Amino acid sequence: MSEILVERSEEARTTSAVVLLGNEAVALGALHAGISAAYGYPGTPSTEILEFLQARAAADGRPVARWCANEKTAYEAALGVVMVGKRALVSMKHVGLNVAADPFVNSALLGIHAGLVVVSCDDPGMHSSQNEQDSRHLADFARILCLEPADQQEAFDMARAAFDLSERFALPVMVRLVTRLAHSRAGVLPGEPPAPERTLRKPEDPGRTWTLLPSIARAQWRRVLRTQRDLRAWAEESPWNTLRLDPGNRDFGIVTAGIGRNYYLDNLNDPAAGPSHLHIGTFPIPAGKVRDLARHVRSVLVIEDGYPIVERMLRGVLTSGLEVWGKETGHLPGDGELTPDLVRKALNKAPRESFNLPGLSLPPRPPQLCQGCPHRDSYAALHRALEGFPETLVAADIGCYTLGALPPFQAIESCVCMGASIGMAKGASDAGFRPAVAVLGDSTFLHSGVTPLMDAVAADADMTVLILDNGTVGMTGTQETVLPSGRIREIVLGVGVPAEHCRIVDANPHAVDAMAKVLREEIDHRGISVVIARRECLESLRRHRAEKGGRP
Amino acid sequence: MRYDIILAGVGGQGVLSVASLVAAGALRGGYHVKQSEVHGMAQRGGSVLAHLRMGSRPVHSDIVPVGGADLVLGMEPIEALRHLPYLSAGGAIVTAVEPVRNMASYPDLEGILGKLRSLPKAFLVDAGDLARRAGSPKTVNVVMVGAASHLLPIFPGRLEETIREAFAAKGEETVEMNLRAFRLGREAVEPARAQGPRA
Repeated sequence: MSEILVERSEEARTTSAVVLLGNEAVALGALHAGISAAYGYPGTPSTEILEFLQARAAADGRPVARWCANEKTAYEAALGVVMVGKRALVSMKHVGLNVAADPFVNSALLGIHAGLVVVSCDDPGMHSSQNEQDSRHLADFARILCLEPADQQEAFDMARAAFDLSERFALPVMVRLVTRLAHSRAGVLPGEPPAPERTLRKPEDPGRTWTLLPSIARAQWRRVLRTQRDLRAWAEESPWNTLRLDPGNRDFGIVTAGIGRNYYLDNLNDPAAGPSHLHIGTFPIPAGKVRDLARHVRSVLVIEDGYPIVERMLRGVLTSGLEVWGKETGHLPGDGELTPDLVRKALNKAPRESFNLPGLSLPPRPPQLCQGCPHRDSYAALHRALEGFPETLVAADIGCYTLGALPPFQAIESCVCMGASIGMAKGASDAGFRPAVAVLGDSTFLHSGVTPLMDAVAADADMTVLILDNGTVGMTGTQETVLPSGRIREIVLGVGVPAEHCRIVDANPHAVDAMAKVLREEIDHRGISVVIARRECLESLRRHRAEKGGRP
Repeated sequence: MRYDIILAGVGGQGVLSVASLVAAGALRGGYHVKQSEVHGMAQRGGSVLAHLRMGSRPVHSDIVPVGGADLVLGMEPIEALRHLPYLSAGGAIVTAVEPVRNMASYPDLEGILGKLRSLPKAFLVDAGDLARRAGSPKTVNVVMVGAASHLLPIFPGRLEETIREAFAAKGEETVEMNLRAFRLGREAVEPARAQGPRA
């Protein structure tokens, strides 16, 4: 009887839940918090946050949900929304927060009176990124509150609550996700109904809270520092930080943060049993609970995805009675994504029996440019244009076209950060190297290529910029670029590249020779030149055709 | 009850569609579900892996542990074989046999299929051919759901309802074609060898 009842209530639970990616859960949480606007720049693993809100905006007309030129401009637009009293979300991948770091760090010093939440999606394991930096460090750097969900439900709950917390502490609040949660689906119960949007309300005295002149910034900084006490006190009481002490085991305990908890619980036969366990979902961490645990056990294993932040806080530099194990002691690897298997090993449990064929060796299958991709033709032309030079430099950037570094193309030699290609080619040219070529996509150019191009124009640097203009943000799923491709030539001319050295070519298989000829002419030109290779991305073409075609 | 699946294929093959169909079926069955996907760079023609976990109690980890999968569901033979370490000792492998040859040198296909056949609970499905018989090569993903259906802890009727719902917007003809694909896939696997748990 009772079993049947349980099954029915289970059924009810799962059917009333919405199945969402971690990213979508964050977006829905923000919607339920009554946001008026959301901004971002596409970047794996964060893209689906804004896409979810855009789909909602297409259906309901609200909220404003827009891709921006880059993460900095996105953050600044969000600041404008909250300055006039409405709630705003800004989402980005971890390295995007570096781009937005200037407004991000300074925004802590503003008197935030309408909730401002920044979602930063970290990528431990570098599935789709050039580093695995941990955004929790940046939250601490800015001295703001950071919430780290362990599952999709918490992603929703934390995103929703983050707006209230932002207003309560007059600080922006960060929600930190990792790839594995951002891109995993599970049932989420949205709970109470969505809050209404706020009404317009400017800060009472913007001259004293939003104008960071040194004298004002000093006062605001003191306020931020005073608020730290309140944040710590709040963290102590937060239900997202839980401590369970096991009276039977005074020897060993577990500390988890974020999704580290999932991998730990997965390795327990009975999740209700096991040694003493402190779970941390907020930064600042609950120091009192840490001390309670430290008094109870002699050693702890810290399980967190990303940098060993909690681990380092707990260990400190002075001798304490507590032994802290984790990434810095080699119990878990210092790099890469956390997995249940790594946690299992750290817990000293025997590995699960698995299936293996001895001697089996399979060739890898790395990602590659699509068959028929316009970048293939551009790289073929670039190869030909560079023939005959004893040495060449091709600095490139971040996007699908970065795959041109792999065989069979091996056409590019660097990928550092958005827009770096142009600045680096200029530097190489300044150093006396020729030919120096910069390769980047249209969206990368709009994101961070215009400012270094100004430097190159100012110096009339002897270099060539090849803009691979496929009319979309390809790698992240063909989002619209902030301005249409047609404008790129106008921008290039606008910053002062001579019209005769700003050339447009067709990136298609029949035009490789013509493209190569134009590229070679511009590479031979002693001064700044820009070649725009144009053809729409095939994925984007497919999507546009499907949208136009409608249902069969 | 707990059932873990590793879905393996090549970016662009529709691994995520298979995962979401099975996940939707599992939710209809009242299970807790977690489904972890790959987005971004890896989707561009590279190896793609999705994790799908379902259970009568909450699922904690989004990732299937090594040696934990009850089923490896492959859309491509090399990719199925690549993720073998995820398979539990008693686990099953169901894979499409058609190769995707977008690599510098594709190993001898017969050798690969031979290795797959040597596994105790392996089911090789000529999914491409069955999809064409169902009416469109695009139904290959649904063929594979059908082929795996004997092993899944989900009633086949629930999976059919899920397919009906997933394709409803595309019209009755598409729904019927996909149901045909599901049944052809299901018939391609010998039920006696592939008994899974049921809930």
